[in-house]
Amino acid sequence: MSDATTTLEALDRPLVIGGLEMTSRLIVGTGKYRTNQIMVDAIRASGAQMVTVAVRRVDLDRTKEEAILHHLDPSEFFLLANTAGCYTADEAIRYARLARAAGFNEFVKLEVIGDQSTLLPDVHATLSAARTLAAEGFKVMAYTNDDLVTALRLEDAGCVAVMPLASPIGSGLGVVNPYFIREIKRRLSVPVIVDAGVGTASDACVTMEQGVDGVLMNTALAAADDPVRMSHARRHAVIAGRLAFLAGRMPAREIAVPSSPKTGMLD
Amino acid sequence: MKIRLNGKDREIRGGHTVRSLLRELELEPAMIVVEHNRDILERDRYEDVAVREGDTIELVHFVGGG
Repeated sequence: MSDATTTLEALDRPLVIGGLEMTSRLIVGTGKYRTNQIMVDAIRASGAQMVTVAVRRVDLDRTKEEAILHHLDPSEFFLLANTAGCYTADEAIRYARLARAAGFNEFVKLEVIGDQSTLLPDVHATLSAARTLAAEGFKVMAYTNDDLVTALRLEDAGCVAVMPLASPIGSGLGVVNPYFIREIKRRLSVPVIVDAGVGTASDACVTMEQGVDGVLMNTALAAADDPVRMSHARRHAVIAGRLAFLAGRMPAREIAVPSSPKTGMLD
Repeated sequence: MKIRLNGKDREIRGGHTVRSLLRELELEPAMIVVEHNRDILERDRYEDVAVREGDTIELVHFVGGG
C-alpha cells in the first residue's frame, strides 16, 4: 500500500476542528507579507485551507486596498478571525463578536496577551473569554501557554481546539518544550494545534513529530526571504512530521547497531 | 453635527443613516462591520439606524494577521 503513488489521504485522516474537515494540517497567518500578491501566492503554496485574519479599524484616510478581502477569496480559504492585540477578556470578546458579524463563520482564534515584551498569553483572561464565547456559540480555538492544566481547562470551557505556543509569537525559536506539547496532546480530546514560534521547516517537522494535530504559522513564512518557496518547504515539512509520527519512529539508543548482516563475510 | 468615528471626531451633515454614511465614505457594506454606540449592527439594519449627534461609530474590517 505504501508505494510511491499512495496519496496523503490514504496515509492520514483529515483534521477535524469543530466539525470543519481539512486535509491540510497547516494553518497560516496573513500578516506581515511584503505585498498582497506574495501573501496569496505563499498561502496557495502552503496548501493551507484555513487562514487567520485580524479585525482592525478601517483606515478612513487611506486606500481601501488594505482590506484583506480584496485579495483573499473567502470561498477559497476558510477565514479564522483572531483577537490579536487584545489584553483583556472583554476586549477579546468584543473583537470576536465583531468578527462573527462579518458573516463568514463562528470560529475565532482567541488570543489574550498578558505581557507586552514576550506576548505570552494571559491564561486567566483567555479562559474567562473562552467560557463566554463558547456559551455564545462561538467555536473557540484558544492560543495558550504550553501548560497542561490551562489546556485542560480550555477544553472544559468548550474550546474546539487548544493552541499551545511552541515559543513566543514571532520568535522563531521552535518548540522549546516538546515534552509539555506531547503531554497536552496526550491528555486532550480536542485537536491540539501548535501556534507561534515555529521558525523554519525543521521546526514544523519536529512539532508535528510530537503528535499534535496541526501547526499555525505566520511570521516564519512572511519574514522568509522568499515566502513562496518557504511555504512549499513548510507544506512538505508538516506532512513529513505528521507521517513520521504516524509511522512510529525507531527507538533512539546511544549505541551503534550495524544495518548489514554480520554473517556471510569473506575470510 | 459631530460624531466620533473610528476614534476621531468628525463633522458630518445631519440626517444620515448608517447606510448613507457608509455610501458617503465609499465603503462597501459587505466588507465591513459597524459598531454603533457599542452595539454591533446587523447589515440589514444599516438603512434603519439614524446617525445622531455625539454617536460613537466604529467601522472595522479584516486585515492581515497571524
